[in-house]
Amino acid sequence: MNTYQPDSETLVDIYRKMTLIKQSDDRVIGAMKAGRMRMPYYSARGQECIPAAISVLLTDEDYLVTIYRGVHDMLAKGLPAKLLWAELAGKATGSCKGKGGPMHLTYPSKGCMVTTGIVGSSMPIACGLGLASQLRGEKRVTIANFGDGASNIGAFHESLNLAAVWKLPVIFVCQNNQYAEHTSYSKGTSVAKISDRAVSYCIPGLHVDGNDPIAMYSAAKTAIERARSGEGPTLIEAMTFRFNGHLIGDMGEYIPKAEYAAAVAADPYPKYRSWLLETKQASEADLDAIDLAIRAEIDEAEAFAMSSPPPDAIEVKRDVYAYEIA
Amino acid sequence: MSTETKAPANINLIQALNWALHDAMEADENVIVFGEEVADPEGGGVVKISSGLSTKYGSRVRSTPISEMGFMGAAVGAAVVGMKPVVEIMLMNFVAVCMDQITNHAAKLRFMSGGQTHVPMVIRTMTGSGIQNGGQHSDFLEAWFCHTPGIKVVMPSNPVDGYGLLRSAIDDPDPVLFVEHLKSYFAPGIAPERGSKIPLGKARIHKAGTDVTVIGYSRSMLDIPPVAAKLQAEGISCEVIDLRTVSPLDMETILTSVKKTGRVVVVHEAVKSFGVGAEISARIHEALFKELKAPVQRVASNDSPVPYAPPLEAAFLYSHADIEAAIRRTLA
Ligand SMILES: Cc1ncc(C[n+]2csc(CCOP(=O)(O)OP(=O)(O)O)c2C)c(N)n1
Ligand SMILES: [Mg+2]
Repeated sequence: MNTYQPDSETLVDIYRKMTLIKQSDDRVIGAMKAGRMRMPYYSARGQECIPAAISVLLTDEDYLVTIYRGVHDMLAKGLPAKLLWAELAGKATGSCKGKGGPMHLTYPSKGCMVTTGIVGSSMPIACGLGLASQLRGEKRVTIANFGDGASNIGAFHESLNLAAVWKLPVIFVCQNNQYAEHTSYSKGTSVAKISDRAVSYCIPGLHVDGNDPIAMYSAAKTAIERARSGEGPTLIEAMTFRFNGHLIGDMGEYIPKAEYAAAVAADPYPKYRSWLLETKQASEADLDAIDLAIRAEIDEAEAFAMSSPPPDAIEVKRDVYAYEIA
Repeated sequence: MSTETKAPANINLIQALNWALHDAMEADENVIVFGEEVADPEGGGVVKISSGLSTKYGSRVRSTPISEMGFMGAAVGAAVVGMKPVVEIMLMNFVAVCMDQITNHAAKLRFMSGGQTHVPMVIRTMTGSGIQNGGQHSDFLEAWFCHTPGIKVVMPSNPVDGYGLLRSAIDDPDPVLFVEHLKSYFAPGIAPERGSKIPLGKARIHKAGTDVTVIGYSRSMLDIPPVAAKLQAEGISCEVIDLRTVSPLDMETILTSVKKTGRVVVVHEAVKSFGVGAEISARIHEALFKELKAPVQRVASNDSPVPYAPPLEAAFLYSHADIEAAIRRTLA
């Protein structure tokens, strides 16, 4: 795998996306703790570098499929914060009219096609999106996100094989945060590296530090270029950690204290900010301005969500089929 | 029973089921337990129903990888040679990823082998709407399995039934789907007597009455009694039946009651169309058409996926007012 050096503008773009994800996450959790919002919320705090570095390589035409822990993927791909927040708040103005919630975020105009709450189910669907663009002769690629635990379910293996046999333009992104609910990686997974599983399907398997923006960018670029040029799928295993447990309320008793402390010490967000400053990719003033602009964006998103009306009860009769049911 | 501890007066369904698993493992070393996160290092189950089992019984209790098709099939295989697996599917919607092993194998092997093999296993799972878990984490899918000959479906509503039915389900020579309801878990109830089993296929008269038979199970047994109590004050006497086992149906208890009342309301959280209520209604009409004083009424959830936003969740599920209105319709 080549290492690609993104230009400063791209690096700052990655920072902007990471900041959006982190600030949104901090604020959602704050709103939940303050009792202003209530939901099953699967925080991706700690994993923001992965979608940020991938999505600077994508266009709105490219497709994304993700999982319940997918707010970061969706924001990076372009789901507007306002529509996200209104959906989380269960409002009529949410991206899914308040019908889907955090586990089913969808926004097709930016390529955010499906969010699943079923472990493993993002991958077969990604194959179908890839098949459609292949048959139509389009240059789109599809990103399929999933967790480390999901690589033990049949759908993962079937999808990799199918995508390999059909040379589908799909990038399988395993966000390995080392836990599946309360089960540590090695208790559920037979291989030391999930990327090694690619060997069985004769496709490239890239193992990267998902918290390192340059490494993540390089892996994504390698895989996306392969997919766009019709050579087929790639499996990327991006190593990372989730700081806020499986879902909010999980106290993380099953995570050894030293392991957690080490992960937090390696928090990719402050680390990347310092790196950008040290290497003079951006000035402190530049980054502060981004932080402030995003704070304003989240302020607006929260205000929009809070002031929006709840969905009308009639909505349970709509969208079941194309027509309204009785 | 070896574990003759003095029972506290009140416990909840979680504790009752935990007792049942402990007692069944103690009683028969063929009983094995597996599923995602069921062992103690992973928490002893999401709501701790399998708490303490792995510590006590070691390798007979295992947390699995997220591989429902794989471990459901493993349960079938172990059961065919006489083990008694109790497998947990974390939430009922996830049965969809292992339906093949349940409906094509567990339910059918006895028949297809001409009785040479059988599958004595229990699949425990939980579900329920009303906590904003949305479209893929809340469904009541019991009708899928009731429509599958060869597997039984048990859905308890309280700790005594939960304990006694789970013990019997584990003893049963055929596969049993055992469905628990999230909101019933925490409702305190009378503590079961350890070792006392409740036969499968037998409904329970929760409250005797003379005017209307109201049939429920699982979640709806939290909702029917308060409505029945309210109407009793007006002089409307409901006979409330808790099915406990949904398949096979205890038609004897149902028909005996309906012969007396001539009026029936069936209440379940699952969506209405093609559901358990429809089957009960059809059987009552077939057997007692001439004795009915009103058409059988069904109260159930809206025919849609379970929505996320609280006002939509409320619109999805039946209300107490819906139950009351249905009872009144039979009396009109
Ligand atoms: C088929 C299925 N089985 C079980 C679950 C319950 N569940 C939700 S998330 C999860 C853990 C998934 O872990 P991983 O794939 O590593 O993703 P992460 O949550 O760590 O991002 C489990 C078991 C589910 N949603 N779907
Ligand atoms: Mg994980």
